[in-house]
Amino acid sequence: MALMTIAEALRQAIREEMRRDPRVFCIGEDIGIPGGFGGAFTVTLGLSEEFGHERILDTPISETGLIGVAIGAAMAGLRPIADVQYGDFLFCAMDQIANQAAKMTYMSGGTVKVPLVLRAPVGATGRGAQHAQSLEAFFTHIPGLKVVAPATAYDAKGLLKSAVRDDNPVIIFEHKLLYGSKGPRAERGALSPVGEVPEEEYLVPIGKGIIRREGKDVTIVGKLLTVYRALEAAEQLAKEGIEAEVIDPRTLVPLDKELILDSVRKTGRLVIVEEDNYTGGWGADVAAMVAAEAFFWLDAPIVRVSAPDTPPPFSPPMEQFYVPSAERVVQAVKSIL
Amino acid sequence: MNQADIPLLELYRTMLTIRRFEERCNYLFMQGRIPSTLHLYIGQEAVAAGICAHLRPDDYLFSTHRPHGHAIAKGVAPRAIMAELYGKVTGCCKGKGGSMHVGDVRVGMFPAVAIVGANAPLAAGAALAAKWLDKDRVTVCFFGEGAANEGAVHEAMNMAAIWDLPVVYVCENNLYAASTPFFKAFKIQNVADRAAAYGMPGVIVDGNDVEAVYRVAGEAIARARRREGPTLIEAKTYRLCGHSRSDPRTYRSREEEEEWAKRDPIPRLAGRLKELGLATDETLERIEQEVQALIDDAVRFAEESPLPDPEDTLKHVFWSEEG
Repeated sequence: MALMTIAEALRQAIREEMRRDPRVFCIGEDIGIPGGFGGAFTVTLGLSEEFGHERILDTPISETGLIGVAIGAAMAGLRPIADVQYGDFLFCAMDQIANQAAKMTYMSGGTVKVPLVLRAPVGATGRGAQHAQSLEAFFTHIPGLKVVAPATAYDAKGLLKSAVRDDNPVIIFEHKLLYGSKGPRAERGALSPVGEVPEEEYLVPIGKGIIRREGKDVTIVGKLLTVYRALEAAEQLAKEGIEAEVIDPRTLVPLDKELILDSVRKTGRLVIVEEDNYTGGWGADVAAMVAAEAFFWLDAPIVRVSAPDTPPPFSPPMEQFYVPSAERVVQAVKSIL
Repeated sequence: MNQADIPLLELYRTMLTIRRFEERCNYLFMQGRIPSTLHLYIGQEAVAAGICAHLRPDDYLFSTHRPHGHAIAKGVAPRAIMAELYGKVTGCCKGKGGSMHVGDVRVGMFPAVAIVGANAPLAAGAALAAKWLDKDRVTVCFFGEGAANEGAVHEAMNMAAIWDLPVVYVCENNLYAASTPFFKAFKIQNVADRAAAYGMPGVIVDGNDVEAVYRVAGEAIARARRREGPTLIEAKTYRLCGHSRSDPRTYRSREEEEEWAKRDPIPRLAGRLKELGLATDETLERIEQEVQALIDDAVRFAEESPLPDPEDTLKHVFWSEEG
């Protein structure tokens, strides 16, 4: 076992997959420039020294172009890991993702595969409205994409390796406050969880969630940073004798529905916490699924804790208001007990 | 390139196959046999034929919302294209694609991309893969002059140039983006002039002269095979039909259409074949009959093929080795 941050775990996953398969390569902005950053959050730092500048391919600032190139390369036999500096920039390339990558296998009648990995940092971190959004719901809505959201170093490594080996486009959302980026790229207010990662080869399967804490009174589903907010809330609730079960789905598409449903059948109560906006958020879909499939096990309304329906604000007190806190999760749980 | 090196009779057969295929599509559409819309390639056949004659089955092709001609020239079976237009399960995309997405990767043609200009980055990506994985495979990307103003095309051409990618971008300038005339969308006279700004060769060619297209394409594709970098070819041509179904073409004059009809690439090539002594009227008539038989067969195949099971809708969202 080695202790590492998520940024280190992702880097090691990329290194192992690139060593294993010569078709794997990274493409993005500022990912391998000598003296540069190794990507916006240091994930690819040092990789160009081992793999060279063809396989750690720096691009112009061209999100449509670089993601389109990655898709085309995947269609023609390579296995790209494309990287945008901030998830918000995915909107620049929305056509390539939604109309090309997601639909190519379908439109071809199942004869073309697109083994693409697309990495995107999300989360509000003091940068204002255009470097802060949680975009997961936009992409879970598009058939043909798989969407993963690791919250620990173990999962980050295992899921990225699974994504590289998957023959479909997989978007991996990473939260900026969880990376553990160091030096000048460190994040103020970061949680930067350090976790144990096995020395030996392992994969985390796409489509399998995990129970982070067991409990019998209420189920709390979080993802990325809000897994930690949910765990913090569960700690506080435990002091009052309330046992919360915390679920981290890890993969958003395909969702491990049974894990969530089994928990709700046990607890009878569900709180969903996420950093997306409220309306049309990913949590709305989870709530609808549980209402449809476990209605008679519910003892109370499903409650969603999310960002309000505003763009992410800049000023720290407003940003703290915007992102869900452990305290809001505690209040939400108490409102249905 | 010597005159004798240009396979004019083969080019004629390809062009005529495209023309007759498209005419039949239009007829079948009017009869209500083909659902949905159609973007026909009538008038531009010399471009597809002249370019694709240089391509091997393992070379990659990216096409547009007007892909039937490209598909025929690249070697996709007319039966499979026609069945796809009919929405039949035997279509080249099993009925999942339709007219705007025909393609067959077994002959190097990816499903056509119907978002204008969006195929340009994909083509650059396929060329990047080919540069790494293959010795001399090339990628060709067709697009209209309307697409040339899309950001995706700009981004792709820049990347193709900086990485010396083995790709040939072929802009078919048919003077109208749907109804919008060229001069309303460009301050410059030639799309190919932009090539200099990307740092790649830009070549202008008469897209209604298949010999000229064949010569220019030969050089650009050989350059890509030698891994010397991309080329932008602008083929000046004209869509003799409407943009899509029931287009009354009221945005352009009948006089202009008549002028371009005189430059129709197919009679022009027929005349050239006879002038060079490569064909007689009898030869051309025989080709005509063979082409008609091919189209008849494609239509019969499409008509007789089964429709997909409605629940096939749920298949192929994700890749499966089982297909």
